[in-house]
Amino acid sequence: MSTATETSATVTLPKVRIDYLPVLLVPILMLLALPLVGSFSTWVTLTVAALAMGMMIFLMASGLTLVFGLMDVLNFGHGVFISFGAYVSLIALGPLAGWVESTNLWLNVGALLACILVAMLVTGALGYAFERVVIRPVYGQHLKQILITMGGMIVAEQMIHVIWGASPIPLRLPEGLRGAIVIGDAAMEKYRVIAVVLGLLVFGAMHLVLNRTKIGLLIRAGVENPEMVEALGYKIRRLFVGVFIVGSALAGLGGVLWAFYRQTLTAGMGMEVNVLIFIVIIIGGLGSVGGCFIGAILVALVANYTGFLAPKLALGSSILLMVVILLWRPQGLYPVAKR
Amino acid sequence: MSDNLLNLQGVHTHIGQYHILHGVDLAIPRGQLTMLLGRNGAGKTTTLRTIMGLWQASQGSITFDGRDITKLPTPDIAQAGIAYVPENMAIFADLTVRENLILAARNGDLDPARLKWIFGLFPALEKFWSLAAGVLSGGQKQMLAIARAIVEPRDLLLIDEPTKGLAPAIIMNMVQAFKELKSTGATILLVEQNFLAAKLLGDHVAVMDDGRVVHRGAMAELAEDAALQQKLLGLSMDAHQ
Amino acid sequence: MLHSILSGDYPRSRPLAIVLALVLVCLAFAPFLFPGSQPLNVAAKICVFVILVASYDLLLGYTGIVSFAHTMFYGIGGYGVAIAMYNFSPTWPALGIGIVVALVLAILLALLIGLFSLRVRAIFFAMITLAVASAFAILASQLNEITGGEDGRSYRIPEMLRPAFRLFDEPVLGVMINGRILTYYLIFLSALILFLLALRMVNSPFGRVLQAIRENDFRAEALGYRVVVYRSIANCLSAGMATLAGVLMALWLRYTGPDTTLSFAIMIDILLMVVIGGMGTLYGAVLGATIFILAQNYLQVLMGKFSGMLEGAGIPLLPNLFHADRWLLWLGILFVLSVYFFPVGIVGKLRQMRK
Repeated sequence: MSTATETSATVTLPKVRIDYLPVLLVPILMLLALPLVGSFSTWVTLTVAALAMGMMIFLMASGLTLVFGLMDVLNFGHGVFISFGAYVSLIALGPLAGWVESTNLWLNVGALLACILVAMLVTGALGYAFERVVIRPVYGQHLKQILITMGGMIVAEQMIHVIWGASPIPLRLPEGLRGAIVIGDAAMEKYRVIAVVLGLLVFGAMHLVLNRTKIGLLIRAGVENPEMVEALGYKIRRLFVGVFIVGSALAGLGGVLWAFYRQTLTAGMGMEVNVLIFIVIIIGGLGSVGGCFIGAILVALVANYTGFLAPKLALGSSILLMVVILLWRPQGLYPVAKR
Repeated sequence: MSDNLLNLQGVHTHIGQYHILHGVDLAIPRGQLTMLLGRNGAGKTTTLRTIMGLWQASQGSITFDGRDITKLPTPDIAQAGIAYVPENMAIFADLTVRENLILAARNGDLDPARLKWIFGLFPALEKFWSLAAGVLSGGQKQMLAIARAIVEPRDLLLIDEPTKGLAPAIIMNMVQAFKELKSTGATILLVEQNFLAAKLLGDHVAVMDDGRVVHRGAMAELAEDAALQQKLLGLSMDAHQ
Repeated sequence: MLHSILSGDYPRSRPLAIVLALVLVCLAFAPFLFPGSQPLNVAAKICVFVILVASYDLLLGYTGIVSFAHTMFYGIGGYGVAIAMYNFSPTWPALGIGIVVALVLAILLALLIGLFSLRVRAIFFAMITLAVASAFAILASQLNEITGGEDGRSYRIPEMLRPAFRLFDEPVLGVMINGRILTYYLIFLSALILFLLALRMVNSPFGRVLQAIRENDFRAEALGYRVVVYRSIANCLSAGMATLAGVLMALWLRYTGPDTTLSFAIMIDILLMVVIGGMGTLYGAVLGATIFILAQNYLQVLMGKFSGMLEGAGIPLLPNLFHADRWLLWLGILFVLSVYFFPVGIVGKLRQMRK
């Protein structure tokens, strides 16, 4: 294959348009916010908080955007996996209470990882069931999809009430993960830094899988044209079920992180972030993982900066951001090439 | 086993409420190139899509290599050994030329010798090897779509209007490539509007009209019989001559 | 006569006609048939929700688009009344101005959202409306000075509609006709008129085009109908009707707050009512709203008793399943099952029975 990659130097290659503009928005936004925020240390704290929030939103949203891109299925019940993931971590926390309160940092991290593992396993399995029972019968019927997935979410949310009770449950971060790291004047909460690291790791892994493996190639091709992938001899159904399971598991992971971030569990938490997630995947371009990543960071940055500068506008800011971006690029930051 | 690789018998296809194919009978001889001609809307593309299982035949049977594939899902039909180049080429624009070809290779490995042969047919692909397929020109995309179908040997190639909208020089390149492909003994079913190209390539010809096959025979025969051409293909062919 | 009142759209099923007539009679004579404030409260809610659900069905059932912003318009109506009554004066002119301003705002907003997202795809519209509605709910709870924030606003309404007002000195049929009952009849008659207007609309040429678009938008476009324009008009009409439902509810409750108007829970209630009643039939709105609100008010009590019995029997987890607060669980399951098995809802089922 090495012979094939050699290209003669004389031919002029057509220009490859790599679209960096949306990526540039992130640093531009950060820099613009600096003079507005005024103090550098506050700015650092806000930015780290925003990045942590962005990573969590990305984790929760990535599965949704891929599922939509691949099979044209919009799961309005995606929030279910977020809530369930968060609640299921209670199962792991029960026996690991000693690890949580331990002063050994490794045991603390172990407890967090155990929660994540349990949550991902359970939400993955739940995703499999959800796909089979709720989504499969309504392929290609958008109206029914919206209604059914919404109905599935209502039922699942009520089931959380049945299993874990209706009142909010407080969730304590493992001992060693509480508090902040102070560098100079800037304080960064430890947990937020962990969230950023975890988010980057998952994004990196997803990037590698999507670009360096055959499965990833199939997913990217399937998002563009599922029919042709089938005509090449691949069973896109199996691929889709796989993506749905992974997407649900990622939502579960995001749910755990989100719950520890808020330090309370409520059955409605999934539905609440659902709105934010929709905004993120619309901004990113439906079906695009890279767009979803940038979108999540942008939404979180804008929310955190406005939360500091004009608290009343904070929650509406994401809508405003969405409107502005859609006016600029009506199909989102990274429109996916569709047949 | 007959010497026909593919057999369609009385195939009907409905798309939604529309009845498109009204009993297509078609036989594709092994190792030869069959042209499928006909006016726009005659049902040529639908025939190919029905063979691939992208539309379901509502009636009739399709046998491939002695095996009934009428009800098989598309991936199984592809794995049985049929490669398909759709009319809109359906290359993956966000993927590189290399990635497009890797997808077409079942186990993900490209055979260097075969690749070299393909580069011989379509040198442009070697040049643009690691570029996103979306930036290629129309002709280059078509070459990629065909390369994708032949990157591993398949028993049958279904190719839908490969010369559509291409410049004459590129059409000749295509014709050359198909000749080369024929010489390897491949079985091909080619839908074509360009009668000139059809004349140069076809061993056999089938003409469709109104969802049926209305004429079958040797290509050479049809090529010499202007009256028959007029009758079967009407004025639409004049424009191409 | 009946033909023109119903715009030629009959129930087309004897059981359905009987049930509808029963609902109509019960609602028309509610103050006399079911004395007491709780039943009257249920009856008023049913009237308001029939309109709210019918207006949603104009979108979902007749136009085939899913909106999650319906409670936003409902809330705009409610806040229109609240702000006019609280910040200005509890008089008829102020009420009139409040209603007009709310209607204009709602229709403009509907137009804007429609122009922004209806051109793309149904699914896009669903997401955008969800986002906009949640932003609006947050806005309403943040703008303390105007809306009263999370606490909402309690206010007085025009004197004639207050409980202390007496229309006659003597009771009629054993019931004192006070302002409360007048308010009820104001709501009932407005609901009846709005419902008949909606019926007229869906049976007009305009309504037929909407249904053609729902069936096949490409073909409708090819036939020369501007799909975006029709969908936008339907969206605006539906928003206006929802606003009026909000106005009626605000007059009944004499209170407007985020939980009673803008909450997502109400949006889900509306969805349940439309689907259970039957999408694409306005009569479904009547049945859906009636059944749902009766269930909301009376099923809980039954479930509570049942749950208590199970608990008494010492069965684990099951008492939780039937806890009075879990009635939404069962309606949710009913909802999912209806979408799968009776997409035509109760009305559709009743009509099939005839055949």
